[in-house]
Amino acid sequence: MSNAILQYTTVFVLSAFVGIEIIAKVPSILHTPLMSGSNAIHGVILVGAMIILGSATTSAEEVLGFLAVILATLNVVGGFVVTDRMLELFKSKSPSARKAKTEGEGQ
Amino acid sequence: MSRGTLLDLIYLIAATTFIIALKGLGSPKRARLGNIIAAGGMTLAVGATFFHQTSDGHNLRHIPLILLGMFIGAIVAVPAARFMQITSMPQLVAIFNGVGGGAAALVSITEFMHIHAEKPATYVTLEVLLGVLIGTVSFSGSAIAYAKLQELMTGRPITYPGQQIINAIFALAAVALIVIILVTSSTMLLWVLLAVSFVLGIIFVLPIGGADVPVLISLLNSFTGLAVAASGFTLGNNLLIVAGTLVGASGILLTRMMSAAMGRSLANVLFSAFGSVVTATGAEREDGRTVRSGTPEDIGVLLSYSSKVVIIPGYGLAVAQAQHVIRELADELEAKGVEVLYAIHPVAGRMPGHMNVLLAEANIPYEKLKEMDEANSELTTADVALVVGANDTVNPSAKTDPGSPIYGMPIINAGDAENVVFLKRSMRPGFAGVENDLLFDPKTVLLFGDAKDTLTKLLAAVKSS
Repeated sequence: MSNAILQYTTVFVLSAFVGIEIIAKVPSILHTPLMSGSNAIHGVILVGAMIILGSATTSAEEVLGFLAVILATLNVVGGFVVTDRMLELFKSKSPSARKAKTEGEGQ
Repeated sequence: MSRGTLLDLIYLIAATTFIIALKGLGSPKRARLGNIIAAGGMTLAVGATFFHQTSDGHNLRHIPLILLGMFIGAIVAVPAARFMQITSMPQLVAIFNGVGGGAAALVSITEFMHIHAEKPATYVTLEVLLGVLIGTVSFSGSAIAYAKLQELMTGRPITYPGQQIINAIFALAAVALIVIILVTSSTMLLWVLLAVSFVLGIIFVLPIGGADVPVLISLLNSFTGLAVAASGFTLGNNLLIVAGTLVGASGILLTRMMSAAMGRSLANVLFSAFGSVVTATGAEREDGRTVRSGTPEDIGVLLSYSSKVVIIPGYGLAVAQAQHVIRELADELEAKGVEVLYAIHPVAGRMPGHMNVLLAEANIPYEKLKEMDEANSELTTADVALVVGANDTVNPSAKTDPGSPIYGMPIINAGDAENVVFLKRSMRPGFAGVENDLLFDPKTVLLFGDAKDTLTKLLAAVKSS
């Protein structure tokens, strides 16, 4: 076992504990946005997809890598936009802003 | 500082933003900021990756192809996410999660092909195989979850004889294949593993009923995180390991919190084929029980002369997009001096928080939304419980009938109110497929039809009374 794998395992174990600790208390109304937000975060696989397409030497690797970049971009872009759209509805509105919005919808 | 070190430093910053973002997403005040911080960190990481040097010391190849792939992904994702109706949110999360799992599996496969000639160490191959297995299960499982939520297929659990055994055989086959590939390092078998994982994802999800799909999506989300972490090990990339593990670990906890909100254990959600026993509505009628259905005018008068009305919204409200009409109805009632509150069950709609989002969209003030415990104490003094498109969340058999599949789930005690009004599309039982005794209660009045239509009629009736 090399030092590298030990270092990666260390990072893995510590991240697992951080992941559990940071969401210990979440009100149930935020469960869905939190799931959606973490969905966007694992879109970081885009970095991996870029690296494999960027290192591709055969056409099979190029095709698979290209597909991976498309799928990963869908994940990351879609994930953040959906989460933002959900959270947009949670923002606290001042009474005047609320009134303006209601009037706007009435048209 | 070398280019590689600088890149690692930027990845470290990005990983930090993800931690801050997840923390922020757990609090109502900072949630939106948290999401924006994560998006910023992601942009930074992706931008920096263009300066990545491959293991043989070259700059990143195929940059135009990478940009093209990103462009295609973005022009599909943005309109889908922006313009899809808010009721489709659960499906969207499922599909974006699935493609992430697919991407992680592809990254692992491609890296395996790339390094295969160099006879990689056993643990590297193991990381690849785990990435392929978990990523593919998440991909095909999310696709089925999407189909269930989008109603492209039945939302009811699909069961067949020997299902658990067949599932177990496929799971064992996947493990056996991993062992064989580790020993023989056969590329051929990798494709077999891919196929087995794909089928495993499908058969794992089939027996899970529509009402439980949100919990399932959360679990698959966590899987995708782990698949990303596995790809991170293979590529030797700390950012992928940190982000993937964060999502994997927090996702499992979140999944447990979601099942707890439904009063069930995760194992019960995954393996009990909940709601597969459908009571035929025809048979129920034969035992002589009748329901009372009313006219919008009667109910309009009932509502107008109440002093407290508690609205209990459910998925029917969401499908009918009736959140604006219900606010108008509430406004009208309030103008007549009626106190109007909303009782929100933790799993109303199809995802925790679904109803809050939907009602917030209609500008219904936050303080009027009552969580279950508070709502139940309000209901004891309410004149009318107005149930709009909900069923299982007000079904008393969860409390009274130990034989009921939803026994033990906390419910909103609509029956405690003086009168109960159900706005329902039909006599069909709810998502869980359980008959609701409350419908047959003498103090219950039913009004059949699409929630938006019936609410509009009620609104007119309230206005004229």
